[in-house]
This record gives sequence, structure tokens and C-alpha cells, in this order.
Amino acid sequence: MDIPEPNPAHALLPELDVPSKPYGRRAFLGLATLGSLGILIGNREAAVTKATVGKLAKYDPTGLAQELPLNDTRWTIFTVTDGYPSRSHAKYRLAVTGLVDRPLDLSYAELRSRKATHMTKDFQCVTGWRVERVPWVGVLLSDLLHEAGVKPSAKALRLKSFDGEYTESLTMQQAMRPDMLVAYQLEGRDLTREHGGPVRLYAAPMYGYKSIKWLESIEVVDSATSGYWEQRGYDIDAWVGKSNGRDDAAT
Amino acid sequence: MQPPSAPSELGDQAGLSGELSVSRGVRLPRFGRVERAVHWANATLFLFLIITGFSLYGAPGFRYLTHRGTVKFLHLWVGYALPIPVLLTIAIRAGAPLRDDFRRVSRWTADDSRWWRKRTRPAANVGKFNPGQKLNTVFIGACLVVFPVTGTAMRWANIFPLWMRRGADFTHSWFAIAVLAITIGHIMMALARPEAMRAILRGDVSDQWAAHEHPRWHAEMIRNTTSSQAENSSDPITASP
Repeated sequence: MDIPEPNPAHALLPELDVPSKPYGRRAFLGLATLGSLGILIGNREAAVTKATVGKLAKYDPTGLAQELPLNDTRWTIFTVTDGYPSRSHAKYRLAVTGLVDRPLDLSYAELRSRKATHMTKDFQCVTGWRVERVPWVGVLLSDLLHEAGVKPSAKALRLKSFDGEYTESLTMQQAMRPDMLVAYQLEGRDLTREHGGPVRLYAAPMYGYKSIKWLESIEVVDSATSGYWEQRGYDIDAWVGKSNGRDDAAT
Repeated sequence: MQPPSAPSELGDQAGLSGELSVSRGVRLPRFGRVERAVHWANATLFLFLIITGFSLYGAPGFRYLTHRGTVKFLHLWVGYALPIPVLLTIAIRAGAPLRDDFRRVSRWTADDSRWWRKRTRPAANVGKFNPGQKLNTVFIGACLVVFPVTGTAMRWANIFPLWMRRGADFTHSWFAIAVLAITIGHIMMALARPEAMRAILRGDVSDQWAAHEHPRWHAEMIRNTTSSQAENSSDPITASP
């Protein structure tokens, strides 16, 4: 006690003089490596998690489990602008213009008064998540086009969002399919803002980015042009499982 | 800071102060200014990233947060700043206490194993950090690496193939949930332990608390203090310099 010990840095940590194992260091290195490798293995991990945690989550009465990152079973909300644009039902209008005999300018109520089509199909995102058996209600895109009277020179559609940024395109042949819906209801409720409400497109056979949100106008044109996501490298003909280098099951 | 119970005796009996230093009311320095600053810088960064992360994830209650582009931008760059306080501190001279803390955290002793069981815990002679604190540090430390790495793959999705982006997204999200759970636990435990809370707010703890919770560290502190007193007998045991 009387004789002071020499004071090198390690003498200040006598704790480290007792026998010990570097488990802390190993745990740190292991966890940091494993987490970083998540980029390479997380995709496969996600399938396992979905199969295990996903099943248990269905029994959660609070519904909070639905918010867990089970990656490919829940909606992931995308927006290309600063936030979700908003338009009330009262102010909403949908225009069908361009190469048509009778241009349309429909209010929300007018759109809802058209023949409703119900559709229950999967929603597949190009980033991998897929929400199964989603019930949609809306007006068939082909019904609106027939009503407007498409001219023979028409070859494609240009769709615009009222967020001011988002655009999409479809060939006339694609647009006339019976699974292209101008949707106003999702999962039994009016479309919410984050899902693209009051009105969006639901392009059932294609990856989600084709289902333009906050739909404002449909312009009939004579040649297809690239939309927002196509300009950023995604395929124009976005068939689920047959484009964008993916092999998902058809919706 | 409370003075030692018998300050007048310290000078007289410097040679015997080993006995005096365990007297009641003595406070021991646990975390210095640098360690505390790093802790609170980390806490602030994590809090900011948890909130902005929540809104980007589209968690309930955060869905309509506007200026999404701005939130994304801030989340990304504050995210890259996350490891900086720790890295900077261990790189500089003044970071010696933090480097020492990391040395302690990286080693596990037989006492650490004893600490896990309720039956053997009273006999566990743990050092400055108990195994729970070590695990917490290890996990948060790993987070400083994992979040920037996976976040990069998420942000520059056009460079990384889609399956890598998905893997990154998955890892980032589950690590975030773990951080949230561990942080809530961390705060609750701190609130229930005023003495531990004081250590990270003011830097000092009571002698009894140290002896009870971290006996090996306590013994070490007493030994260091007595040796420094033998060198400089006018220097009493103080909470903060």
C-alpha cells in the first residue's frame, strides 16, 4: 500500500490482468461483419423471416406486427416528391385528353358513378415486396377510353400525377387489357393519400411503379414515351416476372 | 460533489488513507467529460435517426410527415456522421478514457459469466462494466458500422443490384428495431438507477454503489487513489477534477 505502483497505461486497468477472453471484441467484429454481410444474405434471410415471424404476426391482435419489416408482405410507401400530395374528393378531377373524340373531365363523383369493377390481385413491387390478394375497386381504364372514343391514330397513353413529377406510359394494347384499373378503393376503403388517393392506376400485370399514384390526367398520344421510373432505368414494358431482370410469379 | 466525510484526517494520515477512502459519502469518478460527451453525442444522433427513420419507414403516426426529400437527405448524412464522435475520440489523446473503456468491454472474465445467474451474481466480482453493459456497447458499436454500410446500399440502389438492396433494407430495418428495443430498455434501466444515471450526467458515483455494483472496478479505484495520494498527499478523493 505504501509503495506506489508504477503507472504505465495498463496498470490503470488491473481489471485486464485477470484471466479473460476477448469475447466482447469478437462479438463486436462478428456482429458488425454479419450486419454488413446482410447486403449479401439479407435477401435470403428475409424469406426465412417471412416464413416464421410472418406467420406469427398474423396472430397479433394489436396489428403492430404488421408494421414489422417482413420486407415483402407489407406495403412500402414510395413517393417521388417531398411528401404525399393531397387533393380532396371535392376538388379532384380526372382528364382524358389527346387523340380522342370526346375529351373527358370527370369529377370524383362522376368517376364513382361509372360502372365499378372489382378486382382482387397481388401487388408486386420491383424492389421485391408483394402484398397478396389486394382488393381493388375502380373503373376499367378501357371503359373510360371507350367512353372518350380513341382515334385510330392513337398508339399509347401518357399518364400524369398531380404531384407534378410522376408520369407513366402504357401502349394502347396494354391499356385496353381487362386488368388495368383506374382505382379509387383499396382494401375496402377509399384510397388514402399515401396509397395515391383519391384516384390512382392499378396496372395489375405489371410492377408497381406502373400503377401511377395521384392520377390526374390520361393523354392519348401516337407513340409511347418513358415515364418517371423508366427514365431512371426501369423497363417500359414492366410485366411481372418478365422484366427488370426478375422472375416473380405473375400477379 | 460531496467532500470526503473526514477531510481533515486525510492530510494527517495520508499513509493510512486506504481505510479512509471506503468511508461513507465518498464519491468516485466514473465517467470523465470526454466519455460523457461521446455518450450524449451518440444519444442525440441515434434519437434523430430513430425519428427520421420512423418517418421514412412509414410507421404509424409518422406517415404524413412532409418534406420527405429533406428527411431522406438528413437521415442519410446524419447517418454517416453516426460513427464520427467515437472514431474521432479514440483517435485523439484526450480519448484515452474511452479507449480504456473499450479495452474493458472487449474482455470477458469468469466473473462476467457468474453475473448472468441470479444465484451466483452476488459473488461476481465484475469490473467497470457488467456483462449487460458490455453487450449493449458491443451492439451499439456494431450499429455504427452496420447502419452506414447497409444505408449506402439502400441509397445508391442504382449501383447495387436489387437483391442486395433488399438484403440491406432487411438488415437495416431489423437492426433498427433492435436499437429501438435496446434503447428503450437502456433508458428504463437508467431511470430506475439514479446512481448510474448520475454517472453519465455528472460523472461520479457513490463509493457504496461502486463497491456493490462494480466491486473489481471499485477496488481498482481505491488502489489508484491511494497510490496517487502516496505520491501527492494533499490530493483528496474527489468526484470531478
